Amino acid sequence: MSGPTAEPRPGRFGAFGGRYVPEALVAALEELEEAWHEAMADPDFVAELDRLQRDYTGRPNPLTEVPRFAEHAGGARVFLKREDLNHTGSHKINNVLGQALLTVRMGKTRVIAETGAGQHGVATATAAALLGLDCTVYMGEVDTRRQALNVARMRLLGAEVVPVATGSATLKDAINEAMRDWVTTVERTHYLLGTVTGPHPFPTMVRDFHAVIGREAREQLLERTGRLPDAVCACVGGGSNAMGIFHPFRDDEQVRLLGFEAGGDGVASGRHASRFSGGEPGVLHGAASYVLQDEDGQTLPTHSISAGLDYPSVGPEHAFLHDSGRATYAPVTDTEAMEAFALLSRTEGIIPAIESAHALAGAVRVGRELAEAAGGAFAADDPDRPVILVNLSGRGDKDVDTAARWFGLVDGEDLVEAEALKAAEPVAEAEGSGW
Amino acid sequence: MSALSEVFDRCRAEGRAALVGYLPAGFPDLETSLAAVRVLAEAGADVVEVGVPYTDPLMDGPVIERAASRALAGGFRLPQVFDLVRAVREAGAVPVVMSYWNPVLHYGPERFAADLAAAGGAGMITPDLVPDEADAWLEAARAHDLDPVFLVAPSSTDARLRSTTQACRGFVYVASTMGVTGTRTTVGGSAATLVERVRAVTDLPLCVGLGVSDGAQAAEVAAFADGVIVGSALVRAVDEDPTLEGLRAVTADLAAGVRR
Ligand SMILES: Cc1ncc(COP(=O)(O)O)c(C=O)c1O
Repeated sequence: MSGPTAEPRPGRFGAFGGRYVPEALVAALEELEEAWHEAMADPDFVAELDRLQRDYTGRPNPLTEVPRFAEHAGGARVFLKREDLNHTGSHKINNVLGQALLTVRMGKTRVIAETGAGQHGVATATAAALLGLDCTVYMGEVDTRRQALNVARMRLLGAEVVPVATGSATLKDAINEAMRDWVTTVERTHYLLGTVTGPHPFPTMVRDFHAVIGREAREQLLERTGRLPDAVCACVGGGSNAMGIFHPFRDDEQVRLLGFEAGGDGVASGRHASRFSGGEPGVLHGAASYVLQDEDGQTLPTHSISAGLDYPSVGPEHAFLHDSGRATYAPVTDTEAMEAFALLSRTEGIIPAIESAHALAGAVRVGRELAEAAGGAFAADDPDRPVILVNLSGRGDKDVDTAARWFGLVDGEDLVEAEALKAAEPVAEAEGSGW
Repeated sequence: MSALSEVFDRCRAEGRAALVGYLPAGFPDLETSLAAVRVLAEAGADVVEVGVPYTDPLMDGPVIERAASRALAGGFRLPQVFDLVRAVREAGAVPVVMSYWNPVLHYGPERFAADLAAAGGAGMITPDLVPDEADAWLEAARAHDLDPVFLVAPSSTDARLRSTTQACRGFVYVASTMGVTGTRTTVGGSAATLVERVRAVTDLPLCVGLGVSDGAQAAEVAAFADGVIVGSALVRAVDEDPTLEGLRAVTADLAAGVRR
């Protein structure tokens, strides 16, 4: 990318990022930053992380072309980066293994984590079991109910799961509680933050641990198609899977980077988590970024069918990419996401996480708009068909209960809208801003 | 000379530590919180910290967290904090505001400083804003003659103790234990050790907080600190007795403690 550099000073992305934390945590953040830099310069550490990614996570994971799904996306070619096939079922493990190894390197014996969908909590509990660390996971009470399967998984792995009932009892409150734990126990505890938010060095460090997603996908796609994608689509909660796949494409100016936020019931309803549609610059949880807040700077409640996207702020580097125009962000409603969820399941035999379904809905939207601009759907033998890369950040096992309810499958009814879904409009029109 | 410097000089002349009391604005409702800060001032607090309720108070334990939630649920609006500041000033104590950064950032640091100064506020304590990120606030505070008060913690390196206290005016908030706000049965030896480390790098008055709940503990801390900060114990007293007689009694006990 030409133009401004993202990091004029460490931890700053233009006007965003920084370290807005209690003084008590500054020493731990400095220690972490130093340990991380030293580790990345240590060939043994890098080799150990590579080995775990290969032998434990199962990297590189495949790049899957999904032609039956793509018929609904204007006939563009659609490729999925299969983070859902990683051990533990999502991209979260990439960052977790890196930070868990750092924890051991710093001589700490306990990790704590926040979790929304439970995927980061499961990944953290997994790494803690693998490396013999104590583990406590904070999870909003509302989320423990909608992601009950993952609560059981974490407990099976030996982690303590603490339901958080304060505030809105979702992800942001779990982070508050994790911070309170950390400030009390920081001497032996590492806060294994699960996304590209929070104080420096988390946004940069977590991005770098996830950049393997984009590096692999870029190479796989070049090998398969001989070209770069026209667009890269990712869902954006805190923004880690999106930063991971965006980052290696940042200098490929012809590649559009598209982030999809939780549109919930629609931005106009006020029940959503679309920071770039309804938020303003502010500070939350240690970083300056876009924040959903009221006239007094109080954090607003959010809504999304997906626990992993239900968060009122977003990683500071996304705020920078948004303001600089390098990446574009748009909301996807619950309904659109669930339609894409059903569509991928039915056309390709892949059940996505509801978070990832937001990216899939975005890909359908983009494919159709490209087709419309070209005067109609692309032919299957058109060698110049656009290529869309989607980060399939996780698998849908954890969401089967939510989906069964949504589609009325609980009492053995069939997917009532199945035919309608296959028909003309599997994914509703974008609200407001189209691509 | 700032109002804070004056009050610490006076206390020193009287051979005692200052009592610094914290109460959140709007808890349990605006009227009661206005009455409560007056009681606090009348019963012997030298400095009153008016807390801005915030949705995500990650430095606070359950007592203050719940109080903030109730204040917000009760319709607290940010400008009301200036009404409390005025009430404290009228009751004869020195008012400072304690706020997480985002409400002030959103209001506008310059505008907040102007309104705080106009209401008679002496400064602001910022629990999640370290001097490294505070350029905008330091500039606004300087322009309106407000004292910026930052925290130091047991984990602060000597280099950070030096740079942080250099950015402070009025006093230094010494967070004596690693942890969130809330009462503790012992305030611990770590407080005295930290005070000693901070004394080595600054001449500013040092106020110790996090955990003090009664006169005996206040006396213990007053032996080595210039000010004793009390929060959760006062909030609990307001919560348990809306007539505020409990608050008056707790404050009087603490005020006696700093004079022991
Ligand atoms: C599968 C999956 N995708 C995406 C997310 C959102 O997180 P991020 O935006 O950091 O990738 C989550 C979070 O829980 C998740 O589980």
